[in-house]
Amino acid sequence: MTRSNSRRDFLKLSGASIGAASLPFLKYMPAQAADDVIVAVMGQTINSLDLHRTGTNRPSYQVAVNCYDRLISFGTKKTPDGGLSYDYSVLEPELAESWTTSADGLTLTFKLKSDAVFQDGAPVTAEDVKWSFDRAVSAGGFPTVQMKAGGLLRPDQFLVEDEKTFVIKLDRASKLTLPDLAVPVPFILNSKLAKSKATADDPWAMEFVHKNTIGSGAYKVIRWDPGQQLVYERNDSWKGGPLPGIKRLVLREVPSQATRRALIERGDVQVSFNIPNKDASELGGKTKVFSTPIENSIYVVGVNYKFEPFQDPDVRKALAYAIPYAEIFKAAAYERGSPMWGGDGKIETIDWPQKSPYSTDMEKAKAHLEKSAFAKGFEVPFSISLGQTDWMEPTALLIQESLGKLGVKCAIEKIPSANWRTASLVEKRLALHLEGFGGWLNYPCYYFFWAYKHGHLFNSSNYKNDEIEKLVDETLHMPTDDPSYAPKVKRMFEIAFEDLPRIPLWQPALNVATHGAKGYEYWFHRQLDARKLAKG
Amino acid sequence: MSGRLRAISLRILQAVPVVIGVVVISFVLTRALPGDPAVYFAGPAADEASIAQIRKELGLDRSWPEQFAIYVGALLSGDLGKSLSTGQPVLSDLATRLPASLELTLVSLLLACAIAIPLGVLAATRPGSWIDHLCRILVTAGVSLPTFFTGVVLIYVFYYLLGFAPSPLGRLDFIYIAPPATTGFYLIDAAIVGDWSTWAAALRQLVLPATTLALFTLAPIARMTRAAMLSALSADFIRTARAAGLRGRTVLFAYAFRNALLPVVTTLGMVFSFMLGANVLVEKVFAWPGVGSYAVEALVVSDYAAVQGFVLAMALLFVALNLLIDLIYSLIDPRIGFSAQ
Repeated sequence: MTRSNSRRDFLKLSGASIGAASLPFLKYMPAQAADDVIVAVMGQTINSLDLHRTGTNRPSYQVAVNCYDRLISFGTKKTPDGGLSYDYSVLEPELAESWTTSADGLTLTFKLKSDAVFQDGAPVTAEDVKWSFDRAVSAGGFPTVQMKAGGLLRPDQFLVEDEKTFVIKLDRASKLTLPDLAVPVPFILNSKLAKSKATADDPWAMEFVHKNTIGSGAYKVIRWDPGQQLVYERNDSWKGGPLPGIKRLVLREVPSQATRRALIERGDVQVSFNIPNKDASELGGKTKVFSTPIENSIYVVGVNYKFEPFQDPDVRKALAYAIPYAEIFKAAAYERGSPMWGGDGKIETIDWPQKSPYSTDMEKAKAHLEKSAFAKGFEVPFSISLGQTDWMEPTALLIQESLGKLGVKCAIEKIPSANWRTASLVEKRLALHLEGFGGWLNYPCYYFFWAYKHGHLFNSSNYKNDEIEKLVDETLHMPTDDPSYAPKVKRMFEIAFEDLPRIPLWQPALNVATHGAKGYEYWFHRQLDARKLAKG
Repeated sequence: MSGRLRAISLRILQAVPVVIGVVVISFVLTRALPGDPAVYFAGPAADEASIAQIRKELGLDRSWPEQFAIYVGALLSGDLGKSLSTGQPVLSDLATRLPASLELTLVSLLLACAIAIPLGVLAATRPGSWIDHLCRILVTAGVSLPTFFTGVVLIYVFYYLLGFAPSPLGRLDFIYIAPPATTGFYLIDAAIVGDWSTWAAALRQLVLPATTLALFTLAPIARMTRAAMLSALSADFIRTARAAGLRGRTVLFAYAFRNALLPVVTTLGMVFSFMLGANVLVEKVFAWPGVGSYAVEALVVSDYAAVQGFVLAMALLFVALNLLIDLIYSLIDPRIGFSAQ
């Protein structure tokens, strides 16, 4: 073999290996055998890689979590069932190395990690952070609303002090601002790359980011077949946290529940995300199920104040005593989650959700109805969403049966999911209905802001109480360690349990099954965070 | 031949008003549906302002005639709009999903024909025999078992219990990469590039869903074949042929079967178009990325562009299918003048 020959061979060889590595996939990959590939299935579909885009659905939020970094993130804690959960009480650095709050609480200063780079190798600068925040507050729709919750409204609030220092100026100090920076929305994009793809019609490069992940996050999307699968690949230069234990995550969309269950039981997939309560209660053996109660979330019966009989407090109480809570929890939730009825009536903590003082008692229900102006009963349509029949249908049927004994006749009305939000939340025209709001930011006042304040989206009962309005306004931005915070919040709970625009049923759980995977972590956004996943 | 060509172009011209009608009706029907895509797509915590902003972005704040003019204008330049639920142009969605559905439907139709036609012929030649009874049992079972049920049972037995079948994860197991798209039919595309391992993998994925669909569709085909063969076999010309001493095989295939084919082809056409839309449940069970489940999901969230695109594609397909069937008629029976229709 001559010298030139061997050199040519070497070049050929290296060329071949580079070629193979830069391909998104080899012709096929030895997946199950490889211990650094996890296959996950879910029933929903991902419709964009860009959370800021109009029309991006909830399952797609996981791309923002897995492929992008935020300035800060939440900590991690262990759950009672041996799993992991994010920890709302701890804020951790992600792209920011450190941060300070000014004495008046109006200026937040973030120092970026010096070694953080985007996936194309460009360093992450304060300029990128500003551009990304500007994008989130300008895009409209959900991202802008979520930014607003943290007091982030306009581009002029975001300042670049130097290459690695980013400053936020607030109009008023609020405890919501820092946690709001750790939700999926304010993720940081590679602004130079994005700007090079932007056009006059599309200044925020929505089209490009819709199909490409240009962050500094733990993974990048290397393949996306809409309606079929998404393939994540680890970003080995990630600086936001410890590197994921797997090289690739293949996320397949499998609409049929029965098929997903067969796949996880056989162990052909390692993670089945968001499985029904029924499966969660039945799966066992090698399949491990994590059921985490969803923080700051309750399934409730909405009692609409627009409907005349429900303006009578005794009618609402009669309803609350007539609901067969335990049967519903068994039939609709398969006892996953936490009961939210049968409390002792004393409000001692500011934990939310907490048990209501009501439990099933037909005698009390009858007594309350007797006292009301509708002693003979009345007829009311009971509306449920066709998209959420898994829990709404059994719940509605059991309530219908029980109310029938009081002389309250409900006709169950099923509303197509396309129309459900309009009817229940926007027009707020459903007399008796089911609702399941959960707040991302884990404060009771935040829940009340969305679900009990007049005119707010999740207040589907058209409830209005002047004291609640005042209390929510006072507490929303107040630090939780303020001495007047707890008494005010307890007073809100008291009013809510007395007025009952929303009758609490139970706190739902998010169920995830794993078979040969570890490191699943629950997050408030209820999407798959793959950053801690590993085989085993 | 030129007569036939002229007849075909005439037929295509006749399809134009049909297509225009479909465009108008699908536009009006999607708008008439309850449901507000702006609210749906504004996301979980949208307020009035952001809903209004999205309505404007989607062009839904304009009047219907205005929206229709924009839609038709885009349609004429070949733009079917953008699906909100998948975030892709409808044209590219259909281009990936229609072949998936067509491949599944055609394979199962071939499978169904391969079983149903011989079975029907045999049952007709031996009425009352065991094969006739077998035919009847199969037909009854096929129609009475809903496809999603058969699908789940097949998965349970062949995948879950026995482990013969591959994971029911759509058109290809995730370890394979889709062959370069030429036709969109994986079996054909893989064969073109000579990638036989992918070809075999695609075939393995097809077996269970195709069997599920075939079980359902062989019933009408077998019934129709049997009935048509029975009436053909009792016809005068068959008696004449037999009396003239023609061989049994010739009588059966050259005379009786050829005459019996017409109603069978009609049934095939109907079954095919029915299957394309009706295999939604099979698609869901086997995670098949087909056009049926696409349309249903789009409908559920009031995704106008996707629904309209689907209806339009189906209408065009149907027009083409009818044309094809008429052509086949005139091939089978030269007495049927094509131009006369």
